[in-house]
Amino acid sequence: MSKKFTERLGFALLSFSAVLVLLFLGVILFDIFSKGISVISWKFLSQPPRQGMTEGGIFPAILGTFLVSIITVVFAVPLGMFAAIYLHEYARPGRTTRMIRLAIRNLSGVPSIVYGLFGVVLFVQMMHLGTSILSAGLTLGLLTLPWTITACEEALKTVPKAYREGALALGATKWHAIRTNVLPYAIPGMLTGVILGLARAAGETAPILFTGAAFFLPHLPKSIFDQFMALPYHLYILSTQHHAIDKVRPIAYGTALVLVGLILILSFTAIWVRYRYRQRMKG
Amino acid sequence: MEKPVFKMSARNLKFHYGSVLALKGISLDIRKNMVTALIGPSGCGKTTFLRCLNRMNDIVEGARVEGEILLDGLNIYAPEVDVVQVRKRVGMVFQKSNPFPKTIFENVAYGLKIDGEYSRSEIADRVEKSLKDSALWDEVSDRLHDSAMQISGGQQQRLCIARALSIKPEVILFDEPCSAIDPIATAKIEDLIQTLKKSYTVVIVTHNMQQAARVSDFTAFMMLGELIEFDATEKVFTNPASKLTEDYITGRFG
Repeated sequence: MSKKFTERLGFALLSFSAVLVLLFLGVILFDIFSKGISVISWKFLSQPPRQGMTEGGIFPAILGTFLVSIITVVFAVPLGMFAAIYLHEYARPGRTTRMIRLAIRNLSGVPSIVYGLFGVVLFVQMMHLGTSILSAGLTLGLLTLPWTITACEEALKTVPKAYREGALALGATKWHAIRTNVLPYAIPGMLTGVILGLARAAGETAPILFTGAAFFLPHLPKSIFDQFMALPYHLYILSTQHHAIDKVRPIAYGTALVLVGLILILSFTAIWVRYRYRQRMKG
Repeated sequence: MEKPVFKMSARNLKFHYGSVLALKGISLDIRKNMVTALIGPSGCGKTTFLRCLNRMNDIVEGARVEGEILLDGLNIYAPEVDVVQVRKRVGMVFQKSNPFPKTIFENVAYGLKIDGEYSRSEIADRVEKSLKDSALWDEVSDRLHDSAMQISGGQQQRLCIARALSIKPEVILFDEPCSAIDPIATAKIEDLIQTLKKSYTVVIVTHNMQQAARVSDFTAFMMLGELIEFDATEKVFTNPASKLTEDYITGRFG
């Protein structure tokens, strides 16, 4: 085989792999879109399910996912941000810091069902928060923490050392330098990571399965201590647990479309934030 | 001849970086209202020494300092000394100009806002004064609220000087301030340093021997962490006491 042929073959294989990945994504999105779009309407988005979920909309599931996401953000963002600031700006390199980092890396590999069961024990039982929006949000918060911490640390890394030194040389304390001359430039990058973490969490089923998500609720939740319906769980029920699966298939596709749409919106928001941030840093 | 006033003095200063001894006991007096230049081949420790003068090396992981640095006779490494106060009195301009991604005005105002001790009008006055003192005012007075990232490299470096001047330090340290800018911008900064020494004590690290000869009153030649020669600039450049100094300034190594 000539060198040229080997190179062409290699290039062909590489581009084939890339195209294949795109193809999978394309097929999935096309399938969901083409079969789900017919049921999407204002009524579908704004009304509760009726007639044993064979009719009506999915509003409670949208609301539930939204409320749980808020809890997730409120819990995971400050905690993740502060942990990242500590690790990147304050922690001395050494055994302890290495162990903490290793633990964080490993946490991101823990299966989500394990988080779910852990959430049941910690939040539902030990902390007596019950199966609720709060318990589920906190569980999803734990799940996103490794991503949040890593993303926030990466964002801090992109801020040049010269900004820190410049501020210190003017008589700023370390915390003042970080607060006024590092964080403002790191926050957009942090947001990008947080949004992507949230996009992942919002689509999770296992962690909310035992911590607060309900099969069906006749009322909307009144507080964060109530149970809730959520898009991914609703989708799971409609496609595997329902007594008339064939009948509710269009609704299942509609739910999937709403969920995928929500996650795409979050992802594009992250891209937009990052783009705006880069423009600003260029001056 | 009047008795020289020493603004800062190093007393047997040793700097450890991990297991490496980067400064092997430097003793040197820096005269008030004079320009002292630090020259020497790369890795000789001149920048390390400069960064000991305002304790910027404190933030380096694994760094340890022995000996003393006196500022007006008081050791800045004494345990009771607040490093923040040291850095307010001993300002620094870095090798690579490091304007913050803020407006020109906000860059100069940054140091003034740290303790919140100045009113808005005081800040505005001092920003203007600092920009005038750094010979930048005429070029930027009509765009103070534009991003500092948009002005030229030479202007950015003068902006950093203005920022250092804003909090009225007593000593200003320059770490190869002209290494990244063109000759015309360099000439402006050299002129500026001459003006600054009337009100400040200046220490400058430079790779450029002509620059050291042009701007400084005293020159320290360092090599491998040791101070080889320290004398009046004219003496060092015309009649060096050490063969090493002579070889270096005549370009036989470097």
